[in-house]
Amino acid sequence: MAGVAVSTTINGDAVEYLCQPDETLLEVLRDRLGLTGAKEGCGTGDCGACSVIVDGRLVCSCLVLGAEAEGRKIETIEGMAHGDQLHPLQQKFLEHAALQCGVCTPGFLIAAKDLLAKNPSPTEEEIRFGLAGNLCRCTGYDKIVRAVQDAANVMKGA
Amino acid sequence: MVEVTLWGSLSAVAGGKARHEIEAKDIRELFRKLAEQYPGIEPWIDRGIAVAIDGTIYRDTWSKELPEGAEIFLLPRLAGG
Amino acid sequence: MNFDPRFSGRKFASVGTRPIRPDGIDKVTGRARYGADFNMAGQLVGRVLRSPHAHAVIKSIDTSKAEKLAGVKAVITAKDLPDLTDGDAAMFDILDNCMARKKALYDGHAVAAVAAIDARIARQALKLIEVEYEVLPHVTDVDEAAHHHAPLINDQVFTEGLEEKPVKPSNITKRTQFGHGDVHKGFAEADFVVERSFKTEQTHQGYIEPHACVASVNPDGTADLWVCTQGHFVYRQHCAQLLGLEASKLRVTSSEIGGGFGGKTHVWAEPVALALSRKAGRPVKLVMTRDEVFRASGPTSATSIDVRIGAKKDGTITAAEATLRYSCGPYAGSWAEIGAMTAFACYKLENVKTVGFEVLVNRPKTAAYRAPSAPMAAFAVESAIDELAHEIGMDAVDFRIKNAAQEGTRASYGPVYGPIGIGPTLEAVKHHPHMKAPLKANQGRGMACGFWFNFGGQTCTDLNIGMDGSVSLAVGTVDVGGSRASLSLVAAEELGIDYSHVKAIVADTSSLGYNDMTDGSRGTFSSSMATISAARNAIKILRERAAQMWDIPVDDVTWEKGHAIAKGEKYGNLSPLSLKEIAAKSGTTGGPIAGHSELVADGAGVSFATHICDIEVDPETGSTRVIRYTVVQDAGKAVHPTYVEGQYQGGAAQGIGWALNEEYIYGKDGRLQNAGFLDYRIPVCSDLPMIDTQILEIPNPNHPYGVRGVGETSIVPPLAAIANAVSNAVGVRMTHIPMSPPRILAALDAEREG
Repeated sequence: MAGVAVSTTINGDAVEYLCQPDETLLEVLRDRLGLTGAKEGCGTGDCGACSVIVDGRLVCSCLVLGAEAEGRKIETIEGMAHGDQLHPLQQKFLEHAALQCGVCTPGFLIAAKDLLAKNPSPTEEEIRFGLAGNLCRCTGYDKIVRAVQDAANVMKGA
Repeated sequence: MVEVTLWGSLSAVAGGKARHEIEAKDIRELFRKLAEQYPGIEPWIDRGIAVAIDGTIYRDTWSKELPEGAEIFLLPRLAGG
Repeated sequence: MNFDPRFSGRKFASVGTRPIRPDGIDKVTGRARYGADFNMAGQLVGRVLRSPHAHAVIKSIDTSKAEKLAGVKAVITAKDLPDLTDGDAAMFDILDNCMARKKALYDGHAVAAVAAIDARIARQALKLIEVEYEVLPHVTDVDEAAHHHAPLINDQVFTEGLEEKPVKPSNITKRTQFGHGDVHKGFAEADFVVERSFKTEQTHQGYIEPHACVASVNPDGTADLWVCTQGHFVYRQHCAQLLGLEASKLRVTSSEIGGGFGGKTHVWAEPVALALSRKAGRPVKLVMTRDEVFRASGPTSATSIDVRIGAKKDGTITAAEATLRYSCGPYAGSWAEIGAMTAFACYKLENVKTVGFEVLVNRPKTAAYRAPSAPMAAFAVESAIDELAHEIGMDAVDFRIKNAAQEGTRASYGPVYGPIGIGPTLEAVKHHPHMKAPLKANQGRGMACGFWFNFGGQTCTDLNIGMDGSVSLAVGTVDVGGSRASLSLVAAEELGIDYSHVKAIVADTSSLGYNDMTDGSRGTFSSSMATISAARNAIKILRERAAQMWDIPVDDVTWEKGHAIAKGEKYGNLSPLSLKEIAAKSGTTGGPIAGHSELVADGAGVSFATHICDIEVDPETGSTRVIRYTVVQDAGKAVHPTYVEGQYQGGAAQGIGWALNEEYIYGKDGRLQNAGFLDYRIPVCSDLPMIDTQILEIPNPNHPYGVRGVGETSIVPPLAAIANAVSNAVGVRMTHIPMSPPRILAALDAEREG
């Protein structure tokens, strides 16, 4: 099958690749571009471990085709820190022990980043429903919610 | 001389008796003497038997001494998850 | 190496604090590498062909068309995995489970596999493999399978443990029995007796990371395996045995693991990947899809349990009896046995009898799931205990306090208890503010106790002191939940240095001696014991080096707060030497300074927990909401309290999902209907409230710091606590887990009509 040439922007960098028409963005990121931060937990959009942001919209990259990235701006976990400065969400996840095995963590950080971008002062309920698309099997979500609350305060300069 | 209690299924291959008096200084010797008396116990030892000494369960420490007067209980060797 | 594991009380400098874990930054930046994040040059993609039938004879497999497809480098069947198990029945079952030999025994059972240059060609190749099946009748329900008219899964199975050896084969592989006293006499003395039957459906550990590995076998018998696992040494042993490799020539590296909970203690895909690599002569990457994880890894047992408990009107339990039937999948296991041992472990009983039956079914091979078999038994017993307390007119907590086991009680599984925490957790619950919080309409409160064994096992640790005084700690127990942090705290504590100077890693199988897997809540317990031992060995050497540097006898040197001290008036002019100073001179005092430990950590303490929860039930739809949840559990000593809380909360959350919604749903065709996260619905963030935790510390007398295992016990009480809460909310005793909306509505309807 002939490949599709794609020009896109990932974490601020111009990126070009060739992919099959039926390849997902998740497969492109992980297998072609070496960006393995996004994880495949289910491949069917149910677990959120593959979460990325496309043109400011939170998506499951397993449900987006690699070809659909053409001309768009993609944000992945690899671009969340700035050099050696962790994003407040990353820092708070560490401080609150909001991760145990950590495999769901990249997806949660991206989803939480999107949540706070759209709602900088969420209530606990809004955080819980906002993150309901991301599955965690280790933590029971308690410390994740606390980390997001704390990060929201820091980001507001409180 | 120690008194050893076997759990239900194991006592069935040890002459149907739950309580046994055995002369043994450690777990290894205990298993050896039991197997000599009741050859049917050997496959169970191979599969794994844990030994509780005064309530503390030992799974692998066959050199563990059996103190005089201690309560010795044999249990299936379990695993967790 | 004489190491004294006994507890000695002390004031801690590092242990008990809450620093940031050493592997944390990699995990929040996406740099951490899990099973599927690793690649080898020239690797192929492996895919597995699986049976669509629950039970069928494999009459023939024709792989010729698949082999001819361009890009396919190897196709294997059971023929490529010769039987090297040498009469070891348990290993043979593992072999047959990895690749079916004569029969497909469940929907999803592997029958062939391919390795190709990319995923598309691999998938096409699977479609070209022709398998001829002779479909057989199947059975998936645990009670139906136990019936003597059920289709036989293995006609060579004759039930063990019966008084008379049976003449006909059966799906029941084993009967086990525990207990003491005389239950007949006990029931005769009872004023109140509760008798009930319960059922729990099969669930999966639900780890978010599917099984994944990269296998590379060389023609000279050496091999490499990168894999997500809870026990890389166990995987090495099993894979080496099944493939005929020498263990030391198979180097297994444990990737970061994305959850295990017992489900990554067994091999499924790994021997297949190694066999593919061996045949293809290239590395093979094999990753299971989520569908395959549900169909063909190792879920827990489905159960059917009968309980009978009798008590006097003053609340003393006089007799307790349980019969437990657990499904094992199509191969023998000892799951009901563990249920039979744990069922009444919380209580002080004069007369108790538990009987377990292991039942074969056409479902995937049961594997361990966090305190395996205990949650189901606790559900049945704690529900009956609640009912009994209610009949007598006693408060649920007080009834349990009255009958709780304590130091000196004979456990229902046999031995006498040492110091244990069930009483303290119950007292803590009794006085917890949660118990006094008001309840609204349609809300019910439930509480329950749980017990788990905890284990020790073979453990090796290497502690190396760099010339700059920084410490490397190599351990062999896989870090599933943050143990590298707790082990670094332990090393820092023993050496008397700051936590920030210790770096812990999980070493591969070529770098350390054998380590048992991370199960049985043994990760921190065993590796901390080995770390303490290794540190103490290193301290002996540090003292010797200081003695050398000072030219005094080593007996005059002690170690305190990270320094060698010359003890005695005559050494008044010798200032203490820090670890850093001694290390800097190690090159000329005898070389690198290290402490090693190879030991069997044994005598892990049992642990207890009591949970409280409030549930709201919508009587029209049967849907439930968890309003409030509290965990009280004895940790012995919490090395890193934040991660201990994390274990409590995580176990509770899994129990909540199991109690209210998770189950394997099989169709009449014996096929799994809900093999994905959409329909196998685990709790999401919006399903749960904050989960309150209270850590009790009753020191384990067999660990230097008093540490008990903590990882598993918190999944034992939730099924019962939630069942009691729902039963109290709707006024009907719930007996079937999960209590999904249709089940709750059916129970309400039955009550209305009945």
